[in-house]
Amino acid sequence: MAEKDLDKFITGDGVDTEREKWIGQHIGYRYDVNLVPDLEKMTPFLKTYIDTMGWKDLNWLEDVHMGYEEGKPAVFDRNINGWVQVPSDIHLPDNQQDRDMIARELLIKFQMSPKHPMVDLNRAYSKF
Amino acid sequence: MAQLKHRDSHDLGMHTEQLAGRTQQTFFDPAAEENFLYPGAFEVDFNKVAEIDAAELSITDVNLRIRELMKQGHGTINVKNPGAKHSLGVGILNRLNLNFEGSLGYFGCGLIDGPNVRISGRVGWSCAENMMAGTVVIEKNAGSTFGAAMRGGDLVCKGDAGSRVGIDQKGGTIIVGGRVGMNSGFMMQRGRMVILGDSGPNLGDSMYDGTIYIAGKYESLGVDAVVGEMTDTDVKWLTHKLAMYGLEAPNGIENITKIISGKQLWNYDNLEPMEKKLVL
Repeated sequence: MAEKDLDKFITGDGVDTEREKWIGQHIGYRYDVNLVPDLEKMTPFLKTYIDTMGWKDLNWLEDVHMGYEEGKPAVFDRNINGWVQVPSDIHLPDNQQDRDMIARELLIKFQMSPKHPMVDLNRAYSKF
Repeated sequence: MAQLKHRDSHDLGMHTEQLAGRTQQTFFDPAAEENFLYPGAFEVDFNKVAEIDAAELSITDVNLRIRELMKQGHGTINVKNPGAKHSLGVGILNRLNLNFEGSLGYFGCGLIDGPNVRISGRVGWSCAENMMAGTVVIEKNAGSTFGAAMRGGDLVCKGDAGSRVGIDQKGGTIIVGGRVGMNSGFMMQRGRMVILGDSGPNLGDSMYDGTIYIAGKYESLGVDAVVGEMTDTDVKWLTHKLAMYGLEAPNGIENITKIISGKQLWNYDNLEPMEKKLVL
């Protein structure tokens, strides 16, 4: 997905092709899932996280990107199979690599929070 | 969900709403204190080392022993004599260095989320299936369905791997230092696969998305798999990733072929019969 399309799903619905217009929805992912990360853009928070885990790069976070839900920037949390919208007071940089780093940082904060829905589910259903 | 009725999540709407973005934002505090571990994860120290001799232990005993040692704060665990037992090192949701001195059987290190695993021998079918995060490095060869349905992390086999490597891969990076068998990357949905040797037939068959990088030759591409264009970011990423694991592309990274989805199968169910014939 080219840089010029960066705000495509914020400013519009992303319905472009004849096929998409016919079925009324965008086909495929709303961001470039194949975009590999530029490690030079890694934030200090993410550096501390990967050091803590004993990794040398972003590891599973390579698959985390800033996506868009209901016309708003959001990050997908695989642990709840749902989108987490980015708080509106966070400024979005003008390139996808920097946006992805923000998404990764927010997702870590969300997943590790004691308020994450999995904490309740774990309490209710865990076997060990 | 009856047990959730008197919990916070019930008050926040989990009982009636889908887990969608708008709901989740109420849980989210971007200014929260830095915390890098899952709630409930064991606090371990990588410098605290323990050893398990698996020769006389059952599979369940080995896995429970690993858990017990993590609970005691051991961050590095060496397992001796794994004896190619099946399902060793599965379901570990913690930071940990786990070393197997020997080979594993079927389904080794499946469903892991976080640990760094090193296996000095070989692995059987479906190693690291459904892996979520962490690293798994195998020094020798791997069986079929290596990294099946993998979702994240790095899975590295320094030798050859069998057929259907990364079948249904949903994320993460699979690196094979040698050759891979037929139907590798079958129904891949996202993630990256790096093959430094040759591939059998039908590479990337029916892949929905994701990227396959192959340094050697492929016997044939599968349906809807096409050659893509390498970018500078790809080269930079591959250089870094291969160096991390002490691997090299035999003919140089610039000569690696990139395979991506042709995306002709997208929305396949909505195609007209004639269109379906044209795609296939």
